[in-house]
Parts: sequence; structure tokens; C-alpha cells
Amino acid sequence: MRVRPLFANQGEDIMPKTEPLVEMRHISRNFGGLQALTNVNLEVYPGEVLGLLGHNGAGKSTLIKILAGADTANEGAIFINGHEAHIRNPNDARAHGIETIYQELALCGNLDAPANLYMGREISKWGFLDKKAMKAETAKALSRLNIRIKSFDTEVESMSGGQRQAISIGRAVHFDTKILIMDEPTAALGMEESKMVMELTTELKKQGIGIIWISHDIYEVYNFTDRISILHGGENVVTAPTKDFTEDEIVSMIISGRPVERSAAKQEV
Amino acid sequence: MDISKLKSNSIVWIVLVAALMAVVLSLLSPFFMTVGNMTNLSKQVSIVAILAAGQAVVIISGGIDLSVGSVLALSAVVIGTLIKMDVDPTLALFAGLLAGTLAGTVNGLVITRAKIPPFIATLGMLGIARGLALVITGGVSHPVLSPLFLFIGNAKWLGLPIPLYFVVVTYLIVAIIMHKMVFGRHVYAIGGNERVARLQGIPVDLQKVKIYALSGFLAALAAVVMTGRLAATPPSVAQAIELQAIAAVIIGGISFVGGRGVIITALIGALIMAMITNGLNILGISSFYQQVLIGVVIIVAVWLDNLKSSNR
Repeated sequence: MRVRPLFANQGEDIMPKTEPLVEMRHISRNFGGLQALTNVNLEVYPGEVLGLLGHNGAGKSTLIKILAGADTANEGAIFINGHEAHIRNPNDARAHGIETIYQELALCGNLDAPANLYMGREISKWGFLDKKAMKAETAKALSRLNIRIKSFDTEVESMSGGQRQAISIGRAVHFDTKILIMDEPTAALGMEESKMVMELTTELKKQGIGIIWISHDIYEVYNFTDRISILHGGENVVTAPTKDFTEDEIVSMIISGRPVERSAAKQEV
Repeated sequence: MDISKLKSNSIVWIVLVAALMAVVLSLLSPFFMTVGNMTNLSKQVSIVAILAAGQAVVIISGGIDLSVGSVLALSAVVIGTLIKMDVDPTLALFAGLLAGTLAGTVNGLVITRAKIPPFIATLGMLGIARGLALVITGGVSHPVLSPLFLFIGNAKWLGLPIPLYFVVVTYLIVAIIMHKMVFGRHVYAIGGNERVARLQGIPVDLQKVKIYALSGFLAALAAVVMTGRLAATPPSVAQAIELQAIAAVIIGGISFVGGRGVIITALIGALIMAMITNGLNILGISSFYQQVLIGVVIIVAVWLDNLKSSNR
């Protein structure tokens, strides 16, 4: 285990024994003089939700951008299923089964659901779109996730935020996805819709997908993630099962950047 | 297709407007619906219509191409100069098409590589291509009397003027590309949200180069028709015609913001503009008023489009 040894003893019986889906090892990234990440480690196991925490500028976005191929590290390596993967651009990441869902609902509002689902990888023959096949596949993909939408011919712009995020998720997991990065997926949504997104994510978890969940909503993180990894100033603070801490302890670690001593209250439980 | 869908369908509306105009004009003047005038109208509309097809693709992608008039002139001048040098007319024709496509490709490369906004990049090309046309010819117009071009400009087939066939084939092919093919889907995606298109792995820059190359090619195709009609290649030809092409696209109801619109409506937009010009001529109304009317039509068309969008 490459988890920080801080709580290794308590942690190990809760830790999944399986091999990690993805390991980011000793990742460093600097932009000119600014050191955004220093020797950061991260691993995600199949069927877990890992909460990636830290306040703005802690390095979360830089780290996931590197995993998603939108940025590259100066140092360090990424291993997928134990094999080193060279991710230079978003298409490399996708080829390794890494998909990203962005906060700002990354859909083209002027296109319908099948067009969005298959954007950039349309089913075609000789350059001609196979609209029927894409529509049928979209219907299948969305029904598998219990996503209901009114019509496959309407522009997604006319749909609710929740429906659109559902389509984003449907798209992200449709193409043999193993690792799903969710960058504040509920930030733009109302409460009911956030709940729906979390239910969907639970469904994906059951399918063995490893999920990296970025959120500023501490309540959501505490109740929804299996493990947390906190970054501060571009360095790992702690990586451990979420329930090893109280919500207050997590908040204090995000702010201070120092791991807390195990609280007495928690040990009594 | 049910009624509510028909109501929101932009093609239905624009066809109705065009049909209404044709009916009103034929009631006002017995000369409007004559074979002679219709032939005339279709010739008048052909050049702008071909340019509007390319402009429609560019505008759907969220861009604009101001250089088409100048690129048309450059292509025409290449054809005229080569024919004057006794090059085979067919070869000259293809050289003209190549010149236009190249100019369009340069537009695309400047926009994607130098990251210069389409408005400015194509404004630059507007000057460059027109200037080159003047440099090549020294400002002189060459006559083109080859049978090939005279046929294109003046002959008829099955009773219809040849330029009309150029228009029909152009729209058929561009509509298939835009509505049935992966490339067209990418154009709509880029026009809808370029950042999303890029994130989802669409080769945005490559597709943009193709978009402007297509617009350049169609400008050159319009040059072929123009050369046939004029039997000459004056380097000052088709000044400010890009504005008519843009107007046709807008009147047709293609969103200037990008991402929305149906190709065929650009042709109907061009027809409406031609009918205004042609109709007012027949009615003996001063051409000064034509400009006023076309200006008003453009604004009303976009206003109606805004009303539709706010309903959405």
C-alpha cells in the first residue's frame, strides 16, 4: 500500500485488497516559478468513491487535469492496472478508460442527446452518420442507468440541469470507462438533482468503476465518499477512509494542511 | 411530423415567406412570373446563392468569412490570365478552383494557428486576395471567350440555365455534408460550444481549416459561373458581395451565433433578396429603395429569430 503510514494499522482492514485501477506516483508540476504539485500520490480502487479535497489552489484541478490528459506532469508516473500509461492528451486518457465530468455541464446545448453522447466518436460509415444506431445505443445506455429523457430529438439546452448532467454521466460511462473523474458534478444543480446524480454515481460504483469525486460540499463528501485524499499547497496531507475522521476534522485538515491526531471521540465509537 | 413541430420549423416559415413574396409580386406585375424573368432571376441569384452555401457552413461553425468576394475575384483572374496564356480552359477552370481553395485554406490556418479571430483573418484576406487579383492583371480585365465558359454562363439544359444546376448541385452536396456526415455534425458542435467540442475529442482546428477551405472552394465555383456570365474576368468584380452572402444566410434564419440552422434556408434567403431586387426593378421602383428594403428585411429576420429563441 502506498497510503501514508499515518493510520496504516487501522486503515488496512477497511482498505480494498484489490489492485488499484489507477496510481499516480510522485507527481510534480510547476508553472514557471509556481510549484503547483510536489510529489503527490493518488490511487483509486475499483468500485470506490475517492473524495479529492483541498481549498482553491491546493492542486486538485491540476492533478485531475494531468490524469485526464488536459495537462502533463513535469515529474512522476501514472500506472493503470499496474502498467505505466503515457497520457499526453484527452484522447490518450479516454483510450485508457479515463473519463471526466466537468462542473459546467460539458454538453453542446444545440445538439440532441445522441449527438452529445457520441460527440467526437460518432458511429459512421464512409463519413456518413449512422443516426439510427446512435439513437438506439443512446436509449440503451441511458435506460441502463435509469435515466429518462423526454425525447432524443430535443436539444439538450431545453432540458433541466439534472437531465443534462445525467446525459454527461451516460456519455462518460458508455465507452468502457474504468475511472471517472467528477469535478464538482453537483455544483450547478439543485438538491433533488444532486441526489439523482449521486444515485447514478452509486450505480456506477456497483459496476466496479473507480470514481474521483471533487466537491466543496463537506456534508456531501462525508456521506458519499469511501475514502478521502486531502491536498494542501500542492502536497498530500492525508489519504484515508472517510469515516476515520469527523466532518470537523476533515474541514480543519483542509484549512490547516496538517493531519489531525486521532480524536478521542472517534476512538470511543 | 406534428403541427407544433411544423410551427417551430424554420424551413416552413422561410418557404412561406418566399412563396408569399412570389405571389404578391406576380399579382403586382404580369412580367414577374414569365419564363424570361425567372431565367433572369435564377441567373441573378446563382452567384450569391453559391457563396451563401459556404457562408452558411462558416456561420454555423460560429465564424464568418468576409473574404469570399475577393477570393472570387482572385479565382476569376487566375482563370482569365491562364486562358490568355493559351492554357486549356478546363485546366484553367481547375486552377481557379484550386486558387480559391488555397485562399480558404490560408484563412483556416491563420484562424487556427495564429489564433486570429475569423472576422479579422478574413478581413485581411479580403484585402490580400483583391490586391493579388489587381497585381496579377495590372488592373486589366481579360476576355474569356472559350466555349466551355460561354456554355456555363449562357447555355440551357432541359430549358433551365446552367448556373441553376451549379446552385442545385452545390446545395445538394453541402446539405448532405452538413446534415448527414460526421464533418457536418462537428461543424454544429463547434458552433454550439467550441470548448466542449475540443474536450470531447473533435479535431476542432483541422475541421475549421476544412470549413474555410470549403468556403474558398465555393467562392471559386461562383467565380467559374461569374466568368461564364461576364465572358471576362475583371479584377474588381464582386465587390462587397460577401455582405449579400451573409445577408442571405441571416435572412434564411441561420443563427449568427452559430450551431443552428438548415443549409437550404440560405438558398431561400438568397432567393428572397433576389426577388426584392428583381421585383422592385419590374415595378419601376428606384434601386435606392432596394437597399433600404434589404436592410430592413435583415433586421426583421434576426428579430423574428430572437423571438423564436426566447420562446424556446
